[in-house]
Amino acid sequence: MSDEEPLLRVEDLVVDFPTEDGVVHAVDRISYEVNPGRTLGIVGESGSGKTVASLTTLGLTRRQGARISGRIFFKGEDLVTLPEDRLRKIRGDELAMVFQDPLSALHPLYKVGVQLTEAVRAHRDVTKQQARDRAIEMLGHVGIPDPARRIDDFPHEFSGGMRQRAMIAMALINEPKVLIADEPTTALDVTVQAQILALMERLQRELDMAIVIITHDLGVVAEVADEITVMYAGKIVERAKAERIFTAPEHPYTWGLLRSVPTVEGQTWGLMRERSGTIERKELVPIQGSPPSLINPPSGCHFHPRCPYFQPSHAESEPPLEPVPDDPDHTVACFVHSEQRRMLWANLRQGATPQEAIETVGAGDGA
Amino acid sequence: MSDLLVEVRDLVKYFPITRGIIFQKKIGAVKAVDGISFDVKRGETLGLVGESGCGKSTTARLLMRLLQPTSGEIRIDGRDITKLHGADMKAARREMQMIFQDPFSSLNPRKTIGSIIAEPYSIHGLLTGKNERKRKVQELMETVGLNPEHFNRYPHEFSGGQRQRIGVARALALEPALLIADEPVSALDVSIQAQVLNLLRDLQSRLGLTLVFIAHDLSVVRHMCDRVAVMYLGKIVEVGPGSALYEFPRHPYTGALLAAVPVIDTSRRGRERKLLSGDVPSPVNPPSACRFHTRCPKATDICSEVEPQLEDLDSGTRAACHHLLTHDEAMELGVRGWG
Repeated sequence: MSDEEPLLRVEDLVVDFPTEDGVVHAVDRISYEVNPGRTLGIVGESGSGKTVASLTTLGLTRRQGARISGRIFFKGEDLVTLPEDRLRKIRGDELAMVFQDPLSALHPLYKVGVQLTEAVRAHRDVTKQQARDRAIEMLGHVGIPDPARRIDDFPHEFSGGMRQRAMIAMALINEPKVLIADEPTTALDVTVQAQILALMERLQRELDMAIVIITHDLGVVAEVADEITVMYAGKIVERAKAERIFTAPEHPYTWGLLRSVPTVEGQTWGLMRERSGTIERKELVPIQGSPPSLINPPSGCHFHPRCPYFQPSHAESEPPLEPVPDDPDHTVACFVHSEQRRMLWANLRQGATPQEAIETVGAGDGA
Repeated sequence: MSDLLVEVRDLVKYFPITRGIIFQKKIGAVKAVDGISFDVKRGETLGLVGESGCGKSTTARLLMRLLQPTSGEIRIDGRDITKLHGADMKAARREMQMIFQDPFSSLNPRKTIGSIIAEPYSIHGLLTGKNERKRKVQELMETVGLNPEHFNRYPHEFSGGQRQRIGVARALALEPALLIADEPVSALDVSIQAQVLNLLRDLQSRLGLTLVFIAHDLSVVRHMCDRVAVMYLGKIVEVGPGSALYEFPRHPYTGALLAAVPVIDTSRRGRERKLLSGDVPSPVNPPSACRFHTRCPKATDICSEVEPQLEDLDSGTRAACHHLLTHDEAMELGVRGWG
């Protein structure tokens, strides 16, 4: 890591939405940064604030009456306070986004080509023909067959995978510095998903682009992200290099996520490495309860009502995001002592249930 | 009693494409399911996997006879349900129930969950005593892990995972022999998915249910199913025990599908991925003979001329392919070196 200013730096971002039922605390003081050529994965369940945080980066929550504070630095400018007309110049040019649902993000009444050339002409002083040539080139880049003909199709004439490719083409047409991809492959089949992820990686190498990929799929981030941020109820609970999240996770929520997904091997992840030839089906260990309301989030550590390692003191104050002892780049927000956490995870990855892990480690006597 | 609960033979479903308003002219057909045969043993879980448009949900609807097949037979407990009518069909429906994908649109928002779960009893005229019915419903709620005191609440008061439990309770009300779950967890959050999957596994072993489990997520299917059938464009391309099929896929499509699943293992980063190119072709005009030949890396002339049939293989599965994957090829596809 260099000491240079990162390309995109989000600092203490807070996004609240006042509603009839009360204020929704969608994003609560999160900070992260992204560097050229790197990929940051943001993982979380629905309602964890991951989408709102990225929409806010592009200024897309302003009109929804969001109350925003904190700073988002992009090339030295603070996007939070930037006037709308300046932001429009950056958005879609140096800072671009791929949305989750390409069917609703593409306008159904305009041809794909019209939407792509508009994206070019909004930011570049080029003729219609030049913009069209660029659009055809870009569609070819993302793997649409026969782009010179397909450019005159309407979005409904494209398949799901092709629409997602067209969206990526639109986002990349002005060679952005930062690409924010919100669940770019969630609506797609696995074979198409693999194609799209490979495409994003290739284009990242070619353009030295920074990517922020937002997803709930741990497999996807494991494939593409250099760094991973885990969000829960509007806050970042853990952040580390990608392989640390999978080999030495520290937060009980991250453990819960890892233990609740089946893998192709038919075992939960924690047991995969100890695979011993025979494949047997292991029980998944779900996280109890369901994600909390963001209007009245639980006190203290927001995860405490679902946490098997909960102590009464955890509900009193919020845990700070602090580095773990041996890795300054790995931060976690948890009140459980770090030695205890390590021992708990060592047990969990052997296949123990949280209850068994607590008994073995003896956590819960003090903490 | 045969140990096969479900026997499907040459099942076909074409949806006509018509033109014109008054004089409708048939101009083509979507070949959603095109001649599939499979069995489900009592007490086992059969998984149906495939990409969107492969016909797996149509198969589920045909099994429930929510759709009338174009041709073919579906024998449940030895009886061909495609020929049943009226009271016979209604009686047969008691034996099969379905869990739907979307826990939000599959529950009537104006009814309390007590009456939603009791509805199968009203339809079939069972448990007419009010208290008796209420007791049974509360028992069911307890079975699926809901608080029986929430009897009088409405669906909007429950989270996605709890709603899916309500759907499961409703499906269990008539003690069916066959349960068909169509993408039961794909609308749920990761941490909630595991709760519902565990519930289904637990209920199956406790109640001896036979389960047909449909999903696009190969890892979920591997976790849930004894046997797995892989579908592509309305055909079954490979079917067999989950362990054999995932360990050594023989059909190139099964191999490609498995290779495409993202795996939680960062040590596999940077490997070269062999990807299928292109999209699934349209089921209106499926490719001739082997339907996978347009995307298959191993395709030769014969693949577009002669349709391959499902054949028993010594690796334990049945696959329909002229050029089966060899062991080395399967390993090379990035299907991890298991076993």
